[in-house]
Amino acid sequence: MAAQQPVSGTPIGLVAGEIDEFADASTRASAAIGDAPRRIQPRRPFNFGRWFAATGWRHVVGVVMVAFSLFPIIFVISSSLNPRGTLTGSNALFSKIGLDSYVRILTDPQVPFTTWFGNTLLISGITAVATVFLGALAAYSFSRMRFTGRRFGLISIVVVQMFPQLLAVVAIFLLMSAIGDWFPAIGLNTHVGLIMVYLGGALGVNTYLMYGFFNTVPASIDEAAKIDGAGHARIFFTIILRLVAPILAVVALLSFIASVNEFVVASVLLIDTEQQTLAVGLTKLVSNPRYADWSAFSAGAVIAALPVVALFLFLQKYIVGGLTAGAVK
Amino acid sequence: MSTTIDDEVTAETPKKPTKRQRQAAGVAEAASGGVKMLLVKVLMLGIVDAIAVYAIFILISSEQWLVAAIVGVVTAIVNWIYFSRTKLPAKYLTPGVIFLVVFQVFVLVYTGYIAFTNYGTGHNGSKEQAVSSLMSSALERVPDSPTYEVTVVDQLGELGLLVTDPDGEASVGTSDSPLTEVDAEMEGGKAVAVDGWTTLNFADVIARTDEITELAVPFSDDPNDGAIRTPDGSSGYLYLSNLEYDAAAGTMTNLSTGTVYTDLGTGAFTSDDGQQLLPGWQIVVGFDNFVRAVTDERLAGPLFYVTLWTFAFALISVASTFFLGLFLAIVFNDLRMRGRKYYRVLMILPYAVPSFLSALVWAGMMNESFGFINQVLLGGASVPWLTDPVVAKISVLVVNLWLGFPYMFLVCTGALQSIPEELQEAATVDGARPWAVFRLIKLPLLLVSVAPLLIASFAFNFNNFNVIYMLTDGGPRDSNAPIPVGFTDILISMVYKVAFTGQSRDYGLASAYSIIIFIVVAVISVIAFRRTKSLEELN
Repeated sequence: MAAQQPVSGTPIGLVAGEIDEFADASTRASAAIGDAPRRIQPRRPFNFGRWFAATGWRHVVGVVMVAFSLFPIIFVISSSLNPRGTLTGSNALFSKIGLDSYVRILTDPQVPFTTWFGNTLLISGITAVATVFLGALAAYSFSRMRFTGRRFGLISIVVVQMFPQLLAVVAIFLLMSAIGDWFPAIGLNTHVGLIMVYLGGALGVNTYLMYGFFNTVPASIDEAAKIDGAGHARIFFTIILRLVAPILAVVALLSFIASVNEFVVASVLLIDTEQQTLAVGLTKLVSNPRYADWSAFSAGAVIAALPVVALFLFLQKYIVGGLTAGAVK
Repeated sequence: MSTTIDDEVTAETPKKPTKRQRQAAGVAEAASGGVKMLLVKVLMLGIVDAIAVYAIFILISSEQWLVAAIVGVVTAIVNWIYFSRTKLPAKYLTPGVIFLVVFQVFVLVYTGYIAFTNYGTGHNGSKEQAVSSLMSSALERVPDSPTYEVTVVDQLGELGLLVTDPDGEASVGTSDSPLTEVDAEMEGGKAVAVDGWTTLNFADVIARTDEITELAVPFSDDPNDGAIRTPDGSSGYLYLSNLEYDAAAGTMTNLSTGTVYTDLGTGAFTSDDGQQLLPGWQIVVGFDNFVRAVTDERLAGPLFYVTLWTFAFALISVASTFFLGLFLAIVFNDLRMRGRKYYRVLMILPYAVPSFLSALVWAGMMNESFGFINQVLLGGASVPWLTDPVVAKISVLVVNLWLGFPYMFLVCTGALQSIPEELQEAATVDGARPWAVFRLIKLPLLLVSVAPLLIASFAFNFNNFNVIYMLTDGGPRDSNAPIPVGFTDILISMVYKVAFTGQSRDYGLASAYSIIIFIVVAVISVIAFRRTKSLEELN
């Protein structure tokens, strides 16, 4: 995956532009910018050459790229349905169809797949929610308040994020083992400890993204609420958070996917097999040469990827601009 | 009050409110918060304070004065912030900043400190710990020594021995704390129970046999007095170390060979002919790790080619994903085309699947003898996709292109659509060709909005651990290097391997590599962001 996180300086229009792709064009008041309005023309007879020059070649590119994109995915689905376990047996696509591999991965006493799955959902879910909350708090203060050190704060948040946590993995490991000596509940080999480490990155690029979006919400809304007697906390929790829901969803998704994918810190901090996440567990499973049950791994991969892919496709649709329209009378 | 809000939220600072305005705002603020809010606030702070007090208590009992003081001060500051009427921005920033400081800023600083120590396997404790572990590893039973009756006891999971010496005196101790006399419950001349300890029953003794036979309880504060060990959980014998520690001279003497090992400041007891007794202890070694990384021939070679490959990998990945993404964005940015939506959804699937899974699947498909690509697509060829130094690099780049192009496709589509149509029309009216319009108008505008994302993408790929580790594990392995490094390793995966895999863990060297990466990333970011500033002036 290329850079997952949007970056400072991103015009929010860019994000909205990405999103427009998935809104149903017919429900939108205006067509996406950049699309020429269609003019009604008298029908010309169909000419293959002209069609190919205009749009046909684009379909050829599309088909080639879709094939490139999908073939690993089709391969893994096919081998997950293959009842035989080996890598070689998975090569004939969809030669045998059966759910044996799914049963194997879910019930194998040696491989606590369901535990890993639960751990991953728990860790990534809590991390995503807490990241959104901490980031939104910070973005609100940067966007709505003026204080000494505001500019410095915004800049330093971006600068610190340039140095990902995995660079400091040795120090994180030693810090967590020290914390574990004093407070075993939040040290090495605990989910709480791992989530705390992930939250170190909560104030980061995501905060910057939210900050940009918060700025698009007119300040007159806050003022109207203030005149009606609402305090800053009430404005934040009941008005602003609802107006910026789309960006919260995007940040939650990014944070969730990043935590699901995180291997380095998780593999160093989570020692017991029962504590591990999918990324750590499945990687160790396949890297073990004696374990050649490729189709069981494929079944596990399909199960693991489904929630993430579903979330991704679902939230892409969820994000619609123009929520602030009509909020101010 | 600092909540003045400009009509337009801009960076310029607003006029300072007068004192009356500030007072009025304060009153309004106080009146607007309900009793409920206050109760919630007090409750939350109460919980935080209770946890902090508990933490300080634990820390003081384990004599961590500095950490306890820090926890105390931070808690005090948090209370002051949330009870004050004026610290509004701080109220919103504090929770995130605390996590940021501990798990992002502090750990980076700590990495810097570790880089200057010899921390790692054989050097991971204090000198006292090294002495006691050396003494206990060299224990031998004293011939004809009396038998001590022992009872195995347990306190919060830590095993101890309740020892009755031949005179009938009972004393208790653990591997860390020497024997101290206690008043114990006696049964037939043998101490069987003592307050504060749980006596293990026979089944527990059997279950924890390995732990019990390992247990050595120091006889007194002087490590030269030896230790009591028990082979069966009921009778113990005095064992003496065949190493003798002379605290005054700071030397270890091997009693059977007579060799004297002294502390020469290298973090371990060393004999005259350079033999080291391990475990040693942790010391600050200055720039040793950096010097070793750059000048030790066996280390400098790998560092050089790994750094080169890291740059190549990151640059080629960004360029290839960007150009493919841009090309596709242009191709599918034509309204006349039907079914664009379906192509788009199918093409972003590689981005939606967690990358560690995709990389593992690709690793399976690229297997030399059984993989799908060799067996099916190439009809039984045996291309060494992941095992040849050059081909493995190409494979990594192809897989990373597959993982990364959908993101660039989305980004470029968004950027293209945010360019106003009038520009194209105006250029067309002026007689510009479509290619010229794209090259001279659209591409520069697009680059302005995408440049920061390209820099971020570079930084991400520079440390793209997952794709390397899952696909090739950095392999094929370089057999000449003393550290476990391979030909497709990038810097970050090399750090991971040096620190956490292989026979010996070298935290010091790994942290030194981290600091090197840190400096490289910092320099590149500064240069890149300065360059993009010049891009923005095009507008």
